[in-house]
Amino acid sequence: MQAETARMSVPAAIKDALLAALVMLGLSVPMLAWRTEQNMSNELILVPRWGAVAIACAIVFAGRLALSLFVWNRRAGARSVRVTRLLSIAGRAALAAAGALAFIACALVAWSLGHQASWIAIAAMAMVVAFLALLATFIVKASIGFEAARAYLAPAFLGFIAIFPIVAIHYAGWQGALKWIDNFGIQILIYVTLGWGLNIVVGLAGLLDLGYVAFYAVGAYSYALLAKQFGLSFWLLMPLAAILAAFWGILLGFPVLRLRGDYLAIVTLAFGEIIRLVLINWVDFSNGYAGISGIPRPSFFGIPFNADDDGFSAVFGLEFSPVYRTIFLYYLIFCLALLIAFVTTRLRRLPIGRAWEALREDEIACRALGINTVNTKLTAFAIGAGFGGLAGSFFAARQGFISPESFVFMESAMILAIVVLGGMGSLIGCAMAAILMIGGTELMRELDFLKTGFNIPGLGLSIPGFGADFDPTQYRMLLFGLAMVLIMIWKPRGLISTREPSIFYREKKAVSGSLVKEGHG
Amino acid sequence: MTATASAGPLLAVRGVKTYYGNIIALKGVDIDVRQGEIVTLIGANGAGKSTLMMTIFGNPRAREGAITFAGQDITNLPTHEIARLSIAQSPEGRRIFGRMTVYENLQMGAGVTGMRHFGEDIEKIFTLFPRLRERRDQRGGTLSGGEQQMLAIGRALMSRPRLLLLDEPSLGLAPIIVRGIFEAIRRLNREEGLTVFLVEQNAFHALKLAHRGYVMVNGVVTLSGSGRDLLANPQVRAAYLEGGHH
Repeated sequence: MQAETARMSVPAAIKDALLAALVMLGLSVPMLAWRTEQNMSNELILVPRWGAVAIACAIVFAGRLALSLFVWNRRAGARSVRVTRLLSIAGRAALAAAGALAFIACALVAWSLGHQASWIAIAAMAMVVAFLALLATFIVKASIGFEAARAYLAPAFLGFIAIFPIVAIHYAGWQGALKWIDNFGIQILIYVTLGWGLNIVVGLAGLLDLGYVAFYAVGAYSYALLAKQFGLSFWLLMPLAAILAAFWGILLGFPVLRLRGDYLAIVTLAFGEIIRLVLINWVDFSNGYAGISGIPRPSFFGIPFNADDDGFSAVFGLEFSPVYRTIFLYYLIFCLALLIAFVTTRLRRLPIGRAWEALREDEIACRALGINTVNTKLTAFAIGAGFGGLAGSFFAARQGFISPESFVFMESAMILAIVVLGGMGSLIGCAMAAILMIGGTELMRELDFLKTGFNIPGLGLSIPGFGADFDPTQYRMLLFGLAMVLIMIWKPRGLISTREPSIFYREKKAVSGSLVKEGHG
Repeated sequence: MTATASAGPLLAVRGVKTYYGNIIALKGVDIDVRQGEIVTLIGANGAGKSTLMMTIFGNPRAREGAITFAGQDITNLPTHEIARLSIAQSPEGRRIFGRMTVYENLQMGAGVTGMRHFGEDIEKIFTLFPRLRERRDQRGGTLSGGEQQMLAIGRALMSRPRLLLLDEPSLGLAPIIVRGIFEAIRRLNREEGLTVFLVEQNAFHALKLAHRGYVMVNGVVTLSGSGRDLLANPQVRAAYLEGGHH
């Protein structure tokens, strides 16, 4: 087989892996080898952890070896025939199994080391899950082709999101579903909405905005303050919040018209912070750090979700449960997201949407083609901000309580990460990234087995946990970083990097090309 | 084409001085482009050719002097409004929208006129540059240099311009491609009566193509005349044509 010859020979691979392990040794000595602890008499002492160093080096060695033997250089061989493709899928599955087995073996060897065993078991599980997911995507791609797989992606996605509450209720029961619909469904959909809003500014118009959370805050506070002060309805205030946020978008847009890239990023970052600091310090207006509580919740077209006689449950003859409101909110944000997706796909085909994309590509060429870049930028800022405001008003209505804590820079960074990881400009990519990042974070709260430990049924083994103090969510940033590095290595242009053209050439069948050539059109 | 321009030149550059900060780049330039002409501006690197081209489009702005197009003073108009007066530009470095398809690039060019003549105009471009038809659904950034230049010209033509400004269309292209592109310009001029103002380093081809030419040295026009006269001029020959035809 041709593919075999192109691969690194085994001794060379081992040498390469040893070198990598050596680098890891050098790196891990200052970081892993000692831990500072206090002894009985409150003195700081160093606890050596050479076991951890050895494991880190072993992982690097095994990983590097596997990569250079099985993964790298695999493109060198001819892979056009479908059989070869299927073979390579089988090969990858085998590699997956081998990798997982190797990690489990490592885990068993290191079992005596206590806590470390849990880490390795987790790594092994993550590997198994990742490879199963890979295998599934490869099989789908191989059986129906890549293009077809993409065509099914969006409908499959939408279908799943539409039936998600039903699925959750079916599996988790009425009470258990609350958490899944609220913490997962609604939370993810809010970020999808925000991601799609920012996508207009960053993904389409190419204006790097690090302060997007400001518009989210404007939307949230607009709803909260107007609803509390004037008792206006949610349905009226939601579009109003969007308009106010859009207005702030234009306000930000004006001073930054001449800026691009890094400079624009800095100014927008500052803008986001200014809004937050004003909300903190202007106590008369926004109640400062204490935030605003008791924000009116949205009603079901006038019927409130409460236990009263005229409440939703009573009117529809149902037993009272908070889950109805949650389901309603879920579908509300789902509809908002759909609305934004619809508007965005429409706008892309209109002159303004095309101008955004052209602006992202080349501002000077845009001006030379008669595009008013000032208006183009301002509309991008305004519409992006308006969507952010929409999401903000929903957020306020869902929480019932808001404070400046919810609108820190971290949120902007998160939304931006969703847009960038999704592949600038791609709606479905954004949605995938939001699910990955927000869903992943929420999922970490569910990993109770890490505290308690778990049993491997077939083998009669039990892996010890980290104890009740262990909080997996603290490793959120670490995993974020890891995910981001991995995506940037394998998918440097984001999860969905291909850009769908907004217009296609329709061949004129009546006049053939050769005839036109003669007649000079 | 309207016949109103017979009253004066279509484009008139009068005593234009342009600065980059405090450094003067154009030291009072006078240039006329009449309806239906191909006029070329030749000169060495850094002579100020591209600066003049950009000054006509208002970026950088002329600090002194006046630029009129079809009798209208455009010296202080914003760039995009100048573009809407049916002056089209194929800018230096081509500036194709890299992630957009050829077809979308051409569509962007039609922004000024709207979509009324779109189908007709695009057929005309595809007839002029058949390569673009073959590549229509390909991303602009993946085209070869010559194809990108064709696309830049095609995009500029989509706005049905009265005046086409071309900045170094031969830059970095193989001689055979350059010949093709210059041939297309000649055809546009002959068959459509398109007025062309061409900035070129490739003096030989430019002067052969143009009706009239200007020579620029250090921000000043030092010579002008018909393309044929300039080609024969010993000074021009010595400075720009020795060492063979590019």
